Amino acid sequence: MTDFAVGLAGVETIEHDVEHDAEHVHEHLEPTGILKWLTSTDHKVIGMSYTITSLVMFVIGGFLAELIRIQLTSPNATFVSFAEYNQLFTMHGSLMIYLFVGPFAFGGLANIIVPLQIGAPDMAFPRLNALSYWLYLSGAITMLLGFVVAGGAADFGWVGYAPLSNAIYSPGAGADLWIAALLLTGFSAIFTGVNLCATIFYLRAPGMTMFRMPIFTWNMLATGILILLAFPVLTAGLIMLYCDRHFGTHIFTVQGGGVPVLWQHIFWFWGHPEVYILALPFFGVVTEVISVFSKKPVFGYKGMVFATITIAALSLGVWAHHMFTTGVVLLPFFSIMSLLIAVPTGIKIFNWIGTMWGGHVRFTAAMLFAIGFLITFLIGGLTGIYLASPPLDFFTHDTYFVVAHFHSVVLALVMGGMAGLYYWGPKITGYLLDERLGKIQFWTFFIGANLMVMPQYELGLLGMPRRVASYIQDPEWATLNRWATAGAVLMGISTIFFLVNVVYSWKRYPAGDNPWDAQTLEWFTTSPPPHHNYYALPPIRSERPTWDYHHPDAKSLAHGDHTPRVEVHDEVPV
Amino acid sequence: MPLQARRTGDAGPGTRSRRRWGAALLVLAPFALSGCSLSTFGAYPGATKTGHTTTQLWQGFTIGAIAVGGITLALIIYAALRYRVKTHEPGTAPRQTQYHLPMEITYTVIPIIIVFVLFAFTVVVENAVTALPAVSKDNTIGVQAYQWGWRFSYPGFTIATQTTNDAKPLEMPEGENVRIVLTSADVVHGFYIRAFNFSRYALPGVINQFTFNAQQTGTFFGQCTQLCGLYHSLMWFEVKVVTPTAYVEWLAVQKAQAAKLSASAAGQVVQQETSAGIPIRPDYGGGTN
Repeated sequence: MTDFAVGLAGVETIEHDVEHDAEHVHEHLEPTGILKWLTSTDHKVIGMSYTITSLVMFVIGGFLAELIRIQLTSPNATFVSFAEYNQLFTMHGSLMIYLFVGPFAFGGLANIIVPLQIGAPDMAFPRLNALSYWLYLSGAITMLLGFVVAGGAADFGWVGYAPLSNAIYSPGAGADLWIAALLLTGFSAIFTGVNLCATIFYLRAPGMTMFRMPIFTWNMLATGILILLAFPVLTAGLIMLYCDRHFGTHIFTVQGGGVPVLWQHIFWFWGHPEVYILALPFFGVVTEVISVFSKKPVFGYKGMVFATITIAALSLGVWAHHMFTTGVVLLPFFSIMSLLIAVPTGIKIFNWIGTMWGGHVRFTAAMLFAIGFLITFLIGGLTGIYLASPPLDFFTHDTYFVVAHFHSVVLALVMGGMAGLYYWGPKITGYLLDERLGKIQFWTFFIGANLMVMPQYELGLLGMPRRVASYIQDPEWATLNRWATAGAVLMGISTIFFLVNVVYSWKRYPAGDNPWDAQTLEWFTTSPPPHHNYYALPPIRSERPTWDYHHPDAKSLAHGDHTPRVEVHDEVPV
Repeated sequence: MPLQARRTGDAGPGTRSRRRWGAALLVLAPFALSGCSLSTFGAYPGATKTGHTTTQLWQGFTIGAIAVGGITLALIIYAALRYRVKTHEPGTAPRQTQYHLPMEITYTVIPIIIVFVLFAFTVVVENAVTALPAVSKDNTIGVQAYQWGWRFSYPGFTIATQTTNDAKPLEMPEGENVRIVLTSADVVHGFYIRAFNFSRYALPGVINQFTFNAQQTGTFFGQCTQLCGLYHSLMWFEVKVVTPTAYVEWLAVQKAQAAKLSASAAGQVVQQETSAGIPIRPDYGGGTN
């Protein structure tokens, strides 16, 4: 138990006991090299596979976005044809939503971090976890194959509205590959959701009660539950769509007595919880990052937990706000439900401010990304309130206003993801990323993101519809579109800085166990953690056991409480 | 082409409207200002009655968003900069404060109040926008969307546009309620008139109805907003608002023409009027026609 003894020594870097580690690996008969990546059921290895694959999808999806933005630099560009353009935005949206943001969050970050945060040796079902990843990879490849089949990739938008997505209007194999890809990644997500819930409910370390779990873990629990409620609906809908295309059913076609708008209900019943399946993990990341880099506990920990649960609950009752202009939904109900989500979201924002308040705020790359998230997400959240009001949605729906709104939100989430990589990367790899390159990456991304969305808000108000390859009727929109393209290019440059940083920092700055003076349990173990994560655990008596361990004199103080709590220190070896 | 002028509508002068104005000022204080000089914050002023009401709602929301967003943004930036430490000293830590119940209640209750105020205004405007008052037969216009154009059906005749460059406008009278009956022949389309601040899906299998009351004559631009296939980008139409008398005359001419045509042969109505409203170019980057 030498590592345990060294772990007690404090914040400073511990010497990594390579010999012990090697012996430990041998003990578990864990293969190395390529076999490790192909066969491992270790949540950290699978999580890394997920992270790398999803970042590849991010780069491909971003490249498609740059092509879209090039086409839009002039009112009637011939850079790509109309048909190619429809494929570009469909695949851009599909790659980013289905294959990047979600899998990066719940397959990558959560897979690696949640077991570490609750002191578990692995996920509850390690083989199911491996199956999730391989299904996801198969789905990703299946979707990309659309580009090489006759007729090209799917071209009906990432929402695949029926009847445009049926066999008459979209006869190509690209559409079938799109459906197959979503089925594969959908099952992958469901299995990950099962794993997350089971792990969080059953594999918490002694002392890790529910209300001592880090906020990130809480958010992943809510995400897991949302995945289990929402993804099966999408999967069922996709099977129906496939039957309509190939087996002569008429579920979404008028001709056989079907109801086209049913697809929209099914899709958005998944689609809106999906927005929070994407967002909640990054809310969790940002909460952890702001707390650590302000050297303070999360301001209203319990308020945060209840806000998360409220958002998850409300998100199941707002799907038809994507359908206000269909004329077949009850407007006031979906309006008030959507508006109400602003309340728990506001609670979160004020909590983040309250966490920084009176702290020692360190502008590391991770913290800059977290603050960038806050500002960009605030803008996206405020414009979301407009869209929750049906009369305002009537004239902004399907225009660039909506495009700008959700890009504000998802680009904020990407910043949250980057904050997570800079913050937790050292825990997984054992090495820090370069801070200077990270800050350049942040500023180019933050400025680029907002430079892209701001002109798009105005374009939407002027009446530019989304998913158009040409705006020949309004050539004066070119100026605003060019600003937006400049923003997109800046974000592309930012991504290059990120890739350069990964290569440049490769095994350059050893991190040590706890480089940030962090608070939650995962920073108590080594970086990278051993095969089953912990040789020993500190006493878990609050939501931040590592902090308590290293700062026994700096306990959390509630408002009006001026006396430090008395705690008993004892060690709980595993 | 933002529309600069706005008609004052039917708000009468003098004592008749004074009481109504008083009530309106109390309830719609920020909205009432819009008649004077308040910016539309980038939106169109709304060329129909309800379109203008929508713009007022937009202005109210925007004032709220600027206030709430400004305060929150200031707090974020203040907290980040005020408490910034440039060098990290491992041994030190700030006071570990957490939880402040009065403050937590405040930032929960205030947003709830804001939300219900926004919702109240939303419902009022929404009811006005979606209302379906009775209209005359002449003022009921059928609109059918198809890949990739529009059919406008009037009593006795139908006009069809095609994807690109034929300007066959949707005509309607000024200052009268006009009922649009919207359907789709194939996939989902979006019927969107930007200057009217309104859009609605043309859904296959569903008949959607709504009312316009245009407040100024002129030509306005309409377009499909819901992705509907290859030539979605070019699925335009024009809306032409004319005086009620001109509308009645136009209807009569079209009806007579349609009758003559159907008497001779079953053919398409040739719409004589052209409009200079949109620039027409021959090349649409791969488009036909």
